[in-house]
Amino acid sequence: MDAFRDWLLSENVLGAAFGLVVWDLLKIIVLLVPLLVCVAYMTYAERKIIGFMQVRLGPNRTGPLGLLQPIADAFKLMFKEVVIPSGANKGLYVLGPILALGPSLAAWAVVPVADGWVVSNANAGLLFLLAITSIEVYGVIIAGWATNSKYAFLGAMRASAQMISYEVALGFALICVLMVSQSLNLTDIVMSQNTGRFHDMGLGFLSWNWLPLLPLFVVYFISGVAETNRAPFDVVEGESEIVAGHMVEYSGMAFALFFLAEYANMILVSALTSLLFLGGWLSPVGFLPDGFHWMALKTAFFLFMFLWIRATFPRFRYDQIMRLGWKVFVPITLVWVIVVAVWMMSPLSIWK
Amino acid sequence: MGARDYIGSLFLKELLQGLIVTGRHFFQRKLTIQYPEEKTPQSPRFRGLHALRRDDRGEERCIACKLCEAICPAMAITIDIGEREDGSRRTTRYDIDYTKCIYCGFCEEACPVEAIVETPIFEYHGEARGDLYYTKQMLLAVGDRYKERIDADKAADAKYR
Repeated sequence: MDAFRDWLLSENVLGAAFGLVVWDLLKIIVLLVPLLVCVAYMTYAERKIIGFMQVRLGPNRTGPLGLLQPIADAFKLMFKEVVIPSGANKGLYVLGPILALGPSLAAWAVVPVADGWVVSNANAGLLFLLAITSIEVYGVIIAGWATNSKYAFLGAMRASAQMISYEVALGFALICVLMVSQSLNLTDIVMSQNTGRFHDMGLGFLSWNWLPLLPLFVVYFISGVAETNRAPFDVVEGESEIVAGHMVEYSGMAFALFFLAEYANMILVSALTSLLFLGGWLSPVGFLPDGFHWMALKTAFFLFMFLWIRATFPRFRYDQIMRLGWKVFVPITLVWVIVVAVWMMSPLSIWK
Repeated sequence: MGARDYIGSLFLKELLQGLIVTGRHFFQRKLTIQYPEEKTPQSPRFRGLHALRRDDRGEERCIACKLCEAICPAMAITIDIGEREDGSRRTTRYDIDYTKCIYCGFCEEACPVEAIVETPIFEYHGEARGDLYYTKQMLLAVGDRYKERIDADKAADAKYR
């Protein structure tokens, strides 16, 4: 790979400046194309898994085992008209879905999928993630406002309140991870979990962050579910209350973009949870090699959890969501930040 | 809420119990019936497409008494009466509009000669509104085509009537 990069950047091929741009674009394509395929097949997995949990088969007609279903869905949505309501603010109406999908894909720039497999190994990776994921809510708000519909506006209001509330707990959970790994770089955060007494004994999975930071691990994942507006925190869409929230007037590909964004976000949250708390691509036991397959496995596990949770729990009421966010998660994370800080300063610290 | 409940909810006790329930269902045998290939058993009393029956001589049973038309709650049946060449009283028109029919089976109940019956056939369609307007000839054709099946169903149900 390095040889190919050097060849691309050499004077007689593309030159240093232009070559670097092409090299980065290639990296982005190599990351995003499989990601978008995953997003498409996530919709299939969701329908299949939830179907199984409801003791039915799920889609099984389009292609073998229904495997062509996402492609058929995509084709259908692509050929449908994007209707713009006459009362809508046209510019913002179109901007909404773009602003929803853009950040959820941009966030992947700093997410390593294996050792060194990252588009940009940024030092402030975690900070970048927090900033980018905060922008996502603008897509929802703009879409809800520009549609000029009551349901859409209600959805946007709920989205803004909910996403901001849960970002606080999410941020505190990340602060603890920062403290114990002493780095904002995601690769460093993973590598910092590759040390410790249990790791030396060959039981790497016990020295990952999830065990000492167990409450934060749980809070982070639940907040992640809330951040992505997935059930049981899906008051933003609330099919049975406000039809589809901010997406109510969207059709065709514009509607599909919102869904792509939601699923890309789910994969992002799952990937981040496995990076920050489950040691990313590290092998759980000493005698097995590290590698991308562990990262994929852990991410798939959390994605399954997303669907499992959706198949199990009824939707939260709006005030219950606020209560959980502010009166449960924020105190728990605050206390655990202090506990971890004292623990790190005490002679019992395991992060020396 | 007591202290135990607080601790239980903090450790997600009930949420985990819920997850176990759905987790168990995930591995259960699926109940889906894959329709065109598999079908659920059907009762001989099933009320589907109508048929006009004929008697043993091949003569149409209907005596144009208009009871079915009178009882039809959806007013889906239209009947005109006339005298045939041999002097018998017959319908010159017997139409059922399936866009109106509610498949209640009253017509069958009302019929004194078991001429109009509902068959267990439910797999029919129309591509235009007019396709669902069945005339006397069409209803008689249904009766001729599915004669054995209709007779068997009526025989199976006869002892309960």
